[in-house]
Amino acid sequence: MNNDRINGIFNKYQGQAGSLIRVMMEIQEEEHWLSREILVKISEKLEVPLSRVLRIATYYKSFSVTPKGRHEIQICTGTACHIRGAQSVLDTVQDLIGIKPGETDLDQKFSLETVNCQGSCTCGPMIKIDQVTQSRLSSAQIADLLKKYD
Amino acid sequence: MSEIILQIDGKEVTASEGMTVLEAAQQAGITIPTLCHHEKLDPYGGCRFCTVEAEVRGWTNFVAACLYPVANNLVVKTRSEKLNRIRKMILELLLAHAPDAFDLQDLAKEYGAKKDRFEKEASFCIHCGLCVRYCAEVKKKNAITFVDKGKTREISFIPEIASKECWSCKECFPLCPTEALQAAYVLVQALAFPSLESTPAE
Amino acid sequence: MTRINSAAELEELRQGILSKKDPDKPSIAICAGLSCLGLGNGTIISAFKEEINKQSLESKIDIVTTGCHGFCEKGPIVVINPEEICYLEVKPEDVPEIISQTVIEKKVIDRLVYTDPNSGEKATHMAEIPFYKNQMRVLLGNNSKINPKCIDDYLMIGGYSALAKALFEMSPVQVLEEVKIANLRGRGGGGFPAGRKWETTRNAPNEEKYVIVNAHEGEPGAYMDRALFQANPHSVLEGLIIGAYAIGSHQGFIYTRHDTPELRKNLDIALAQAEEYGLLGENILGSGFNFKVEVHFDVGIFVSGESSALMRSIEGKAPEPKPKYIRTSVNGIWDRPSNLNNVETWANVPQIISKGSEWYNSIGTDRSKGTKLISLSGHVCNSTIVEVPMGTSLKEIVYDFGGGIPNGKRLKAIHLGGPMGGTIPESLIDNPLDFDVLAKLGASMGAGDILVMDEGTCLVELARYFIDFLSGESCGKCVPCREGIRQMQNILTNMTKGKGREGDIELMEELAEVMGAAALCSLGRSVQNPLLSMLRYFRDEFEAHVKEKRCPAHSCKEAAIEGV
Ligand SMILES: Cc1cc2nc3c(=O)[nH]c(=O)nc-3n(C[C@H](O)[C@H](O)[C@H](O)COP(=O)(O)O)c2cc1C
Ligand code: SF4
Ligand code: FES
Repeated sequence: MNNDRINGIFNKYQGQAGSLIRVMMEIQEEEHWLSREILVKISEKLEVPLSRVLRIATYYKSFSVTPKGRHEIQICTGTACHIRGAQSVLDTVQDLIGIKPGETDLDQKFSLETVNCQGSCTCGPMIKIDQVTQSRLSSAQIADLLKKYD
Repeated sequence: MSEIILQIDGKEVTASEGMTVLEAAQQAGITIPTLCHHEKLDPYGGCRFCTVEAEVRGWTNFVAACLYPVANNLVVKTRSEKLNRIRKMILELLLAHAPDAFDLQDLAKEYGAKKDRFEKEASFCIHCGLCVRYCAEVKKKNAITFVDKGKTREISFIPEIASKECWSCKECFPLCPTEALQAAYVLVQALAFPSLESTPAE
Repeated sequence: MTRINSAAELEELRQGILSKKDPDKPSIAICAGLSCLGLGNGTIISAFKEEINKQSLESKIDIVTTGCHGFCEKGPIVVINPEEICYLEVKPEDVPEIISQTVIEKKVIDRLVYTDPNSGEKATHMAEIPFYKNQMRVLLGNNSKINPKCIDDYLMIGGYSALAKALFEMSPVQVLEEVKIANLRGRGGGGFPAGRKWETTRNAPNEEKYVIVNAHEGEPGAYMDRALFQANPHSVLEGLIIGAYAIGSHQGFIYTRHDTPELRKNLDIALAQAEEYGLLGENILGSGFNFKVEVHFDVGIFVSGESSALMRSIEGKAPEPKPKYIRTSVNGIWDRPSNLNNVETWANVPQIISKGSEWYNSIGTDRSKGTKLISLSGHVCNSTIVEVPMGTSLKEIVYDFGGGIPNGKRLKAIHLGGPMGGTIPESLIDNPLDFDVLAKLGASMGAGDILVMDEGTCLVELARYFIDFLSGESCGKCVPCREGIRQMQNILTNMTKGKGREGDIELMEELAEVMGAAALCSLGRSVQNPLLSMLRYFRDEFEAHVKEKRCPAHSCKEAAIEGV
């Protein structure tokens, strides 16, 4: 955990209950997940009940209360990508890495999630790995691509 | 507080500003059925069982009586065929979770709701939120909360707080309308297996 | 940057920017919209930089990365100015040639320009390509001319002159009246008259009032708000400030998605630059009007685009909707009057103020005025954003702009408005784009997203898809919505697997009635609309799944379903 960065975030928003979501977002971006320890700390620093922190942590799709893998795979299941075969992309990836959306593999190499429309419908079916957009890949191309990560 | 005159089921009712339709009806001796409402708690509007027809300036809206504010010249109907259909369906949807809850069974008889219209769902919770709201509003402990959203929304105790507060309180248990004392069950789970709820080892 | 203290100083600055600009200096505008990014424009941008470096042309040629040009299907798109030569599907290998041939020698490279697929005719300039020529690009037209990270570019094309006009030549009430007479209707889905909403907030008793941009854009398949906001953030900001002036608000909020880094960056820069120029903050342009803006983020749930949920999210709470009995225009953020409009709605405001309501009223139909951004996706040749006048026929949109259906297939239906919208069969696509006409057909304008479906699309499957989506995107507070969606999902999933039961369709109709009347917020009250529209036009398809265990579109592949 990068304590300096986290403390920096806390110092910026100390005691501002209204910034709860912002703080959680910044920490999630920094750490890629929100540990129990962090959630408790957020509740103390921003002076909001832990129940509300937990509730928000589980409410939004982008927050994760379990650790993420080194590489984040996001598959768009927006309408346009759905119509263009997002399901088969998802099936391919699931078969290749053996986890379902919302999960992280045992080696903590990949995390898989489905995301809503990313605004790149032209590229559909779209898959993003570590925030890099890949468009219209075949199953074989996906397999080759995933081999490049470790 | 200014006085407000409205009509409920054809009867002229006097209420004061800031009251809800439910309160005005109760005052006038008219029953509007509710599920998630509780006198000690803020109105919630989750079960929608108290839905009534409210006519304002010629427009009929379906509104929750427990939340809808009274207004002059408001015309409220608490019974109609469509309202019966709505309440029957709400009961049937909830019976899929808690088929043996007494409150639901009584109402089911009244509205002709069938227990097996939908397949039995795994969770007993009907999300009335009584336990969550009681703990937050009356006890001010926030030891239990809703987690997740949509279809997977559930209630969950927070072990950090529950382990300190709950054993000596347990006041939310009898509020649970389901036969399963859902709150008690979830509490035991949370405290017996805190590891499930908290951070996995790093 | 120095503060601008009056309308005259703003004009002076504008003239200064224009005079410094050499109109003949070549510049290369590269689209950095979300689709072009996905299609690999990053390598194009670096290829241009490298080549210019290699030939030591840094001082002679400008590179501008712009927002979305539309026509995403043909991306990455590169426009060479000042000639406005438009190259499509550019690859890194083409770059040296573009520099030496087009930029320096002023010769057009034939293979990179647009070729009409039918006539084989070529079009060199953006304005000649039929795709652009036939649009009415009031809001998008400037996208290829400006760098969204540079406020001077926006000023150069006349930016913030509408704000100056509002602040110095009009009273707040006059601004409000102008927007009312223009009949501007909300672009976020409801089509509610913006002027009337503004008036409610203006007249609400509380002194502290808020104005908000809804840039949540949660409908899957809608991407025009992000494209517009990212490409031209100042146009939205200018509209917001004008609106705040009319309403009497001194605090604005922008609510947008966290997962679009380019947009976030452009937005941060735009706000900082506007503040430095004194277009935000205290005493704007020396007028005495104060206005600040804060950015808030949605971190991933559809329901937070709903007005009351959005406002609770800004308060830092879980975005659970509040019932509409007390309107957010009167009782919004922290119970203060709060006026919420969509990105596109706000972007229309500067146009109305500078060109007048009469001009605005000359575009569109009787009761739907102005232009509308449409994002086209699905089984269509061009997945694209287009801007067309209201009243354009749906057919034109699908065929003339969308380029029709690929792979020689037949159009089956189009779906508008995502998970709260409706489906219209092919036989009705002569109808115009119009709030009220679409509503009568059982569809809705929604955000302006049109999903095109060919004959191989199964509507039972699409209905299941939308309900699936919603099952994780509603808040789950009220029974009709949470449990109704759960049961509809069960039923529709069974149908697509050949396990539909007699009576299932009727049961879903019963559920739809209850959800539509009794759910707490408009999410639960509208999610059955797609299903109802599909049952209205394609009931036989649902019946085939239930009674004959057959999928007429040959799409449901489960063993129990017969493909025939
Ligand atoms: C579930 C739900 C989601 C919504 N999502 C959006 C959205 O993403 N963007 C938007 O502008 N409006 C959205 N709306 C509509 C807003 O509640 C609101 O009506 C709109 O932003 C008002 O702006 P307008 O009048 O300019 O259209 C949504 C409504 C609902 C019920
Ligand atoms: S209708 Fe759905 S989204 Fe709206 S309050 Fe009810 S459960 Fe939440
Ligand atoms: S009693 Fe009104 S919604 Fe439950």
